[in-house]
Amino acid sequence: MSSMDLEQFHDIFFQESGEALDSMEQTLLALPAGQSDQDGINTIFRVAHSIKGGAATFGFTELTSFTHTVETLLDLARSGRVMITNAETDLLLCSVDVMRDLLAAASSKRTPDSARVAAMQAEFVNLIESCAGRKSVSAPVPEIVSTPAVNQPVALANASTSAGGAAGEWKIRIEPRAQMLRHGNDPLRIIEALRELGEVSVRVDAAALPPLADMDAGACYLKWTVQLKTAASREEIEQIFAWIDEDAVITIDAPVVAVPEQTSAQVAVAEAEPVAAPASPVVETKAPTSQPASASRETTTQAPSAESSSIRVSIEKLDELINTVGELVITQSMLSQFATGRGDHSSDDLKNGLSQLERQMRALQESVMRVRMLPISFVFNRFPRMVRDLGSRLGKQVDLKMTGEHTELDKTVLEKIGDPLVHLVRNSIDHGLESPDQRRAAGKSAVGTIHLNAYHKGGNITVEISDDGAGLNRERILAKARERGLIGVDEDPSDERVHNMIFQAGFSTAETVSDVSGRGVGMDVVRRNIAELGGNVQVFSTPGKGSMVRIRLPLTLAILDGQLVRVGEEVYVIPLVSIVETIQIHRDQLSSIAGQTELFRLRDEYIPIIRLYELFEIDADSTDLFCGLLTIVESDGRRVGILVDELLAQQQVVIKSLETNFRPLVGLSGATMLGDGHVALILDVPGLMSCFESGCGRRRPALSAA
Amino acid sequence: MASILIADDSPSMRRMVATTLRTAGHEVIEVEDGSAALSVAEQNSFDVIISDMNMPGMTGIELVEALRNRSLHQHAPILMLTTETSEDLKERARKAGASGWLGKPFNPEQLISVVYRVLARHSSKPTTAGALA
Repeated sequence: MSSMDLEQFHDIFFQESGEALDSMEQTLLALPAGQSDQDGINTIFRVAHSIKGGAATFGFTELTSFTHTVETLLDLARSGRVMITNAETDLLLCSVDVMRDLLAAASSKRTPDSARVAAMQAEFVNLIESCAGRKSVSAPVPEIVSTPAVNQPVALANASTSAGGAAGEWKIRIEPRAQMLRHGNDPLRIIEALRELGEVSVRVDAAALPPLADMDAGACYLKWTVQLKTAASREEIEQIFAWIDEDAVITIDAPVVAVPEQTSAQVAVAEAEPVAAPASPVVETKAPTSQPASASRETTTQAPSAESSSIRVSIEKLDELINTVGELVITQSMLSQFATGRGDHSSDDLKNGLSQLERQMRALQESVMRVRMLPISFVFNRFPRMVRDLGSRLGKQVDLKMTGEHTELDKTVLEKIGDPLVHLVRNSIDHGLESPDQRRAAGKSAVGTIHLNAYHKGGNITVEISDDGAGLNRERILAKARERGLIGVDEDPSDERVHNMIFQAGFSTAETVSDVSGRGVGMDVVRRNIAELGGNVQVFSTPGKGSMVRIRLPLTLAILDGQLVRVGEEVYVIPLVSIVETIQIHRDQLSSIAGQTELFRLRDEYIPIIRLYELFEIDADSTDLFCGLLTIVESDGRRVGILVDELLAQQQVVIKSLETNFRPLVGLSGATMLGDGHVALILDVPGLMSCFESGCGRRRPALSAA
Repeated sequence: MASILIADDSPSMRRMVATTLRTAGHEVIEVEDGSAALSVAEQNSFDVIISDMNMPGMTGIELVEALRNRSLHQHAPILMLTTETSEDLKERARKAGASGWLGKPFNPEQLISVVYRVLARHSSKPTTAGALA
């Protein structure tokens, strides 16, 4: 049998182990503090155990060894000899990170951070030893006569992988019964397998060999005595005989004296020792490992940011897709029958057929989109851990609530929304929530709450991050804004405007810069990232009660619900999500400031007017404000009116990037093809607004400004 | 050659076992847990059943017990895959009716030869020869 390439299974292993570690982390976080949760520990043990089995099979020795150590501790916990308290949970959580790193290293074929792994492993071994005593620690390596290496903490981990201890001489007697060969057991194969473990010398005992005439060709008459010089454990040797238990009598005698011989594996152990030796192991300790630890740490802490390019789709979604395609095929054949003119078909039949086609196309489009959709829990899942870590670092008690984790959104959006959400949650914990003392003083529960919520609304998905902390501090924000010259000294802006100021670059009101947040990079990045996804952010805050950030995102980046509008000969698409209303204005609503910006009053609000034909230098039907229509659009809580000649249809348009095919243009986010083959440009509402506000709006056209 | 059922909750191990055995010419059905294995094994007869010891829900040992209580696979060879090395567990598996075990890590060649051996041993036993016919 030719050797099979195990590498073909690696990707599946990496994926499943990644998921397994996620579930291990979640279970760890859910462990009730101070009580034993047998089910939870069993689950975690099972996860570690499966990873170890896979890692060993696919040849990831470092992962196998590390996971084995973790498993040893979990096994002690399972049998009640170790209590899993907060400290152990923390250690196990760190071990999840180490295993993730080892996995990532294995999948990208880079060297893992061995110093960190060794330090971590030493910490585990210390814990195991202190909790359970030496007896149980050496349990996984029975039969090996106690050599100095066995008592070394790190040796424990290596012992099971192979060649951990010193080589000893084993004596193995193989006495086959007559049926052995008939059962497919070949003694030669066994000796070959033993040879893989170490140095072998074999003696054959042919005393039982009968005269040739009496010999049964299918029977086995020979006996063997094998001297095996190996560092392998009894387990590993017995493994070879696992399948011949009934067919032969096997006696295995352990070596009497261990030969103090240094194998290559032992050299690795010795190198790791300085890390293991200190009584209080510090994770940051730099060990003289075989490669420069500092350099490797740089590369390893940064997990490859490659967004995984495959997606798991439920069968249900695919079935739906296939179903729709099947219906389309039927409709198509129906329509082509009309075309051949056979039979008696009225134009009504054709119309019915076409509307059926339209319905099915929409269903198909939705099914295909759903294939790309993943639940937002993929992003939410990282927060329990983060909140726990941050809370304990900042001395705050935080309760994390999550709702709507099953809300689905496009994979691309999902991948890009992770970082902004992390920023926001961090901000909420660091700036929003008060310390337990402050909270008690304010008459609130000492435990603060962060609530993550996701839901669908219209064609959008909304994600809300709310906390019950102190809320935004208006005075501090205003002071900072004045200091930075963002507003005049006497100016008294609306709450809404004040809240939006936190999205300005370099704007942080934290008095001390912590390592968590407060460097003033973050909120502006958050807003920019979300804008890039075609979404928007709003902040709501009530002093003393807490604040909420609401993010609205499109379900997908590829398709947009648009309102077609006409300006002269041109057709533009305005994203439906940003349209508030469309009105005809009356003369008495109009006013202007210093003759520069045209404003009109809509209820209690003054809204600036953008004349698209001026901005884009095209001819419009009418330049009279009172003849055209004013489409009110909103972005980031600000509104403007866009003057257009006519509203056309509302339809979903497929976005074609201008940036990839042409170059980025201010005020336009892309182009699309209309049903009649014409190209329509898609307006970028936030871009249009900032371009207008920065003064390039009225007189200088956007296209030349780009 | 032979029809084989593999039950393992780990997709990579399952795929590895299945691909290996298919390459060796066997017909393999994959299931991801004990209860699925049981329901498939009630409908179809397998020459060999391979099961992971450590699965969520029904464990490998429970699966073996359940299979031994049903007529179709009362005598069929059942192999356990396991990383667990304790004698105690092996003893429990044996008592439940497992025919043998294959310790992880194993390589494809070992798997193929183990399956070959249990098949050979099995067909030479008169008690089960009748069941196979």
